[in-house]
Amino acid sequence: MTSKARMKILVVEDDPDMMEQMRIYLESEGYEVVAASNQKEAEPLIRPGAFGAAVLDLMMENPDSGFVLSHRIKKMDARIPVIIVTSVTRETGFYFDKARDPKDWIKADAIIHKELRFEQLKGELRRLTGAGEGHE
Amino acid sequence: MSDPEPLHLLDVLIVDDEAGMRAGAERSLEGFTVALPDFGETVAFSVRSASTGAEALEELGARTPDIVLLDYKLPDMTGIDVLAAAPGAADFLTIMITAFASLEVAVTATKRGAFDFLAKPFTPEELRATVTKAARSIYLQRKARRLEEEKRQVRFEFIRVLAHELKSPLAAVEGYMHLMKERMKGPELQAYDQMIERSVTRIGGMRKLVMDLLDLTRLESGRKKRAIETVDLARSAALAADAVAEMAAARKVEVKVDSPASLPLRADPGEIDMIFSNLLTNAVKYNKEGGRAVLELRPAGSGTVSVRCSDTGIGMTEEELAKLFGEFVRMKNEHTRGIDGSGLGLSILRKVAALYGGEVRASSRYGEGSSFELTLRDAEIPAPEADTALKGA
Repeated sequence: MTSKARMKILVVEDDPDMMEQMRIYLESEGYEVVAASNQKEAEPLIRPGAFGAAVLDLMMENPDSGFVLSHRIKKMDARIPVIIVTSVTRETGFYFDKARDPKDWIKADAIIHKELRFEQLKGELRRLTGAGEGHE
Repeated sequence: MSDPEPLHLLDVLIVDDEAGMRAGAERSLEGFTVALPDFGETVAFSVRSASTGAEALEELGARTPDIVLLDYKLPDMTGIDVLAAAPGAADFLTIMITAFASLEVAVTATKRGAFDFLAKPFTPEELRATVTKAARSIYLQRKARRLEEEKRQVRFEFIRVLAHELKSPLAAVEGYMHLMKERMKGPELQAYDQMIERSVTRIGGMRKLVMDLLDLTRLESGRKKRAIETVDLARSAALAADAVAEMAAARKVEVKVDSPASLPLRADPGEIDMIFSNLLTNAVKYNKEGGRAVLELRPAGSGTVSVRCSDTGIGMTEEELAKLFGEFVRMKNEHTRGIDGSGLGLSILRKVAALYGGEVRASSRYGEGSSFELTLRDAEIPAPEADTALKGA
């Protein structure tokens, strides 16, 4: 646990159990979770200073809910790291890869493919919220 | 082209060594059209010709036609030889032309896949009638192929969604197992009660999905063994109401059966239970605290009962109502969060109702409630042969 003020992370996930598990992991890492269970619920939470990073499920009430939310967050503050969690590859054969397709249409800093490994999420969050590191 | 009726060309190859025959056939088909209103098409013909077997094979190799008019007696080989050597012989319809309509030729040609025969000499009308028959057959085949492909796509989509629906609870339970394995909440077992509770719930949902899937598969395959007897629907409805009583109490929903004291119908009791249980479960699940669910049964003539299940629940919007009967469709909105279901209940209901000649009609008002209506008729008594066959198997 870190002793400094706990960073708030916006987590948007429509499966209540995945949300609960995410909360347990993130809290154990010293983060505070701001939870929303769908796009509609998340939208009013996107305010300056409300959270320092976001973890978004991709497919919720709309197949691109995660991308829409990510776009809103980046428009508000481009420095806030956004991680999109998706199983879309498995289910549609559609592949997103920031390294291979660095174009700006995906407004997210990292895309993690389900089945989500919490270790990976932890690592990405550490990397993206790393103290003093600049953003592109 | 801006014709109101789209005109489709079928490619016809005429193979005959007599120049007069070739020219005559070409003239007969020139400007000739066949209307196929069943398919919304009008068909015309473009004609190619060949005078020997070798030339015919060359034409067939260059492009596979739709229809081949094939003379049996060619200078270099027989029509049968052409068919045997033709590339893609399964892809065109052959009409054999024979000077002497011999049975032997007919049999051999049919074995080689000839579609029809024309005996020389024939009139332009006879040729057109035969070609019309061939055109219709080609379009029937194409339609069948299209339907087959659509069916394949529906199956594919079903399996894709099914995999997703099975994977979600699996991922949830797996996640909890990892949390427990890592003792994320410390060494006390009580700390994990909620995780265990949720895991049990998700596994239960998965079991329900698998059971519903089996029911649906049995219904679809028509393999379900039916035990038709005289069933008292009033009693079946009371039993189904008892089965949802606990769930209704937890949600503070009042369940009522409104029926004559006795209401006999020739039916399979298991199927009737599927119908009533599905109706009542939905009426309770998608309800509000303090709401009501009413199952009404009314005799509607001999061997016919009308069923109506209405609730004072959350209701549906027009848009939601329109997609209600799709497989795995579960309404996702702020009112339905936390309501479990396989998404197959209404598909099952509709299939079982169809066994009793009933069509399920749904109506709903958003925020006020929904109502499902259907009419059940005496089930047919299965043929005794089928019964013995089953026992013998």
